[in-house]
Amino acid sequence: MASTAKQEPPAQENPLSEGLERLPVHPTTLTIFGAVGDLSKRKLLPAIYNLAHEGALPERFNLIGSSRGVMSDDEFRELARESIRSFSRRRADEQVLSALLEHVRYVAGSFDDPEVYEQIAACNREFDEQAGIVFNRAYYLATAPAFFSVVVGRLGEHGLDHNEGSEVRVVIEKPIGTNLREAEGLNRSVLDVLDEEQVYRIDHYLGKETVQNMLAFRFANGLFEPVWNRNYIDYVQITSSEDIGIGTRAGYYDGSGALRDLVQNHMLQLLTLLCMEPPVAFSADEVRDEKVKVLRAIHPPTLEEVMFMAVRAQYGPGVSAGEAAKGYLEEEDVPPDSTTETYAALRLEVDNWRWAGVPIYLRTGKRLARKVTEIAVTLKPVPHLAFRQEGSVGVQPNQIVLTMQPNEGVSISIGAKIPGTRMRIRPVNMQFLYGTAFMSESPEAYERLIMDVMRGDATLFTRDDEVEAQWTIVDPILEAWSNASGPIPQYSAGSGGPEEADALIEGEHRWRAI
Amino acid sequence: MQTGGSVWAGQDTTPSEIETALRDLLKERHARSEAYVPARVLNLVVVTDREWRGEIQNRLEQVGRYHASRTILCCVEPGREVIDAWATMEGDHAGRPSDICVLHEQVVLDVGPRHLDHLETIVDPLVVTDIPTLIWSPHGHPEAVDAMLDMAQVVLIDSINEPEPAAAVRWASELAGRAYVVDLAWLRSTPWRERVASTFDPEQWRRELGTISSVTVKHRPDSRVAGLLFLGWLARRLGWKPGSMVGQGDALHGIAAARRQDVTLRLEPEQAMSAPGLAGIAIETASGMRISLDRGSGGLSARRQTRGGRESSWTVLGASRGEAGILGEGIRQALLRDPTYGPALLAAEQMVR
Repeated sequence: MASTAKQEPPAQENPLSEGLERLPVHPTTLTIFGAVGDLSKRKLLPAIYNLAHEGALPERFNLIGSSRGVMSDDEFRELARESIRSFSRRRADEQVLSALLEHVRYVAGSFDDPEVYEQIAACNREFDEQAGIVFNRAYYLATAPAFFSVVVGRLGEHGLDHNEGSEVRVVIEKPIGTNLREAEGLNRSVLDVLDEEQVYRIDHYLGKETVQNMLAFRFANGLFEPVWNRNYIDYVQITSSEDIGIGTRAGYYDGSGALRDLVQNHMLQLLTLLCMEPPVAFSADEVRDEKVKVLRAIHPPTLEEVMFMAVRAQYGPGVSAGEAAKGYLEEEDVPPDSTTETYAALRLEVDNWRWAGVPIYLRTGKRLARKVTEIAVTLKPVPHLAFRQEGSVGVQPNQIVLTMQPNEGVSISIGAKIPGTRMRIRPVNMQFLYGTAFMSESPEAYERLIMDVMRGDATLFTRDDEVEAQWTIVDPILEAWSNASGPIPQYSAGSGGPEEADALIEGEHRWRAI
Repeated sequence: MQTGGSVWAGQDTTPSEIETALRDLLKERHARSEAYVPARVLNLVVVTDREWRGEIQNRLEQVGRYHASRTILCCVEPGREVIDAWATMEGDHAGRPSDICVLHEQVVLDVGPRHLDHLETIVDPLVVTDIPTLIWSPHGHPEAVDAMLDMAQVVLIDSINEPEPAAAVRWASELAGRAYVVDLAWLRSTPWRERVASTFDPEQWRRELGTISSVTVKHRPDSRVAGLLFLGWLARRLGWKPGSMVGQGDALHGIAAARRQDVTLRLEPEQAMSAPGLAGIAIETASGMRISLDRGSGGLSARRQTRGGRESSWTVLGASRGEAGILGEGIRQALLRDPTYGPALLAAEQMVR
């Protein structure tokens, strides 16, 4: 087939695609490493089912699951069926589910076992031969990070990193390393085998509709762009707070902490989307080029500077939602002397023409007063006030707040006259809520991202230089904190965070209430 | 959970009173909780005979998340001289105290035939301004549709409701000249169009598009116009010039002139089919390739025979949307624009001239 294609001129664009909401996607065989793990059972398999339900999967689609546990194809199909029934966002249609599972195989073995890769290659060949076409290959590494290099290395050794007549793509979950050195090492070992265009580093945050909507908000509205710069913006706050503790995740969380868990990836993603220049086109490299420029414009702190621009803390006992809440050190499986931060706040600056001098405050934490993810952009106050302010709360600077959760939307605070005989002003909100303006249900982030992998669109995936630029900013903070002696600051569970965070805030700036 | 609805009723009422009642209902909800916010996506105006009111309300109830923000149901009752109205406001609350509760409003109007020629003067004051308005008149009443076309942006039709396909495409075409048309008969063919596009998407199959020599579309006997629209779509997308189709028993047969050869077109009724719409498609090429798609379990059953005689079959996965899903899709499509329906409709008109 490949040789035929070389002899003939390339075919024209598919004229049947125009106007279709769902564009054709090349037939694909997806292999999940770690197929019986939590991520696969709770997210990936249900996402694949929902794509099948909607008729969004490629015309022909096969799935290979691979994990250490020994089981037959039928046993894996049953596990997949149960996972989908339990975790799918919609009730499974049994006919669609059965039809999907017909093309599912399972390969048992450890990820460094060459036999696993021989069997996967055999399954791929068999699928191709049965169909009489060459399927694209996608390999999803839903494994512990320690296996990323191992699996990619083995794919290369067994010639699975490329395939005549089709595309081969590899999906890697976060975290990409736990520091810059590890991230560089992992990127090197992956790129020894694959081209960057084949690598899809998932940050599922980017698959969320509301995060993508930031691009629409900024670049599809003439209203905001003129003020989106240092001349009008006073400061920015990005908050991602949770009202719950670490639950049963102590094993992972205590080795990670808030900075690695949320700031290095999700929050820096939000920051780049907020601050990036308009890309020339919404293609993968154009968008990612602009995001990387923002990260490179952030000056990584020296070890000495860290104490002035970063605050960490740990939640102590308190009251959350009216109930007594444990402190972090009392949570199950947390070492009693742990200094892992459950709260992190940073003050960063993007040193470029648009943003120089605008402080950007980031904060994230567990067991805070409320669950919220938002970006608040505070504009500079008006230069002169003709109104007397007594008898009112006064004129406040305008704020544009983009909320990702719980109620996705955009609100703008403006000053308005309080009804009455006197000229008194108070801030009021103009609010737009996605839930009131769209009928469609947002797809799960993983559905969108899996489709993008199969389409070959890497726009919402993190590039190697982007990951490394993120770590370049975070690494010195981690190092300074690991060198620090003395107790880690505490905040009460259910509160708005530690008092120490107030020290980061400049002048008249204030943290928004959580 | 669904919150308890607020209700207002008025007899021998006016649009102004109804509009005031809607505002009062909203204020009353807001006074109870600021979590109540009105949906502001789409107005839907439905015109139906009084006797079908319950059925239409049931159908609208089943469209799931694709509820219009404000639905105005105009029920036509013979002999009625005055307007009676009921306004309700209901919302689905996700349960957490911090969540918003999106409210949907419904106004049911009992009107008489004498109101239809100027129905826009009753309905226009009731629609939410600055959001699109969709009109749906499933039981005829073209005079009501005509009266409201200037205030609406989109008209929802189902071409298969018109027994004569030529009249159906003529009516659709006429409407399309005055507003954006969403045709449920067209939406029923969407999965088929997507699948045919996918089948010919790989480069080696895409080359075969220029050699298509015959297309056969099977349909439920009352859904011939859905088949015509599908053939019209193929003809326009591939640059064919379709001629008039003629009867051959129960089937229709015609020829389209393609660049390299003529294409045989055939529409065949499938008596056993229960759901409206298409039952199957078979496409053959001059080089000997044959592709067919038929309704099957869990999706569409696909079969391909290559020019070398090799056969393969598979299931193209996808759940049936059902008629409620089709109607919901129709409401959703009112907010989008499909550039391929109009050209397909023009080609269909040429085929039934």
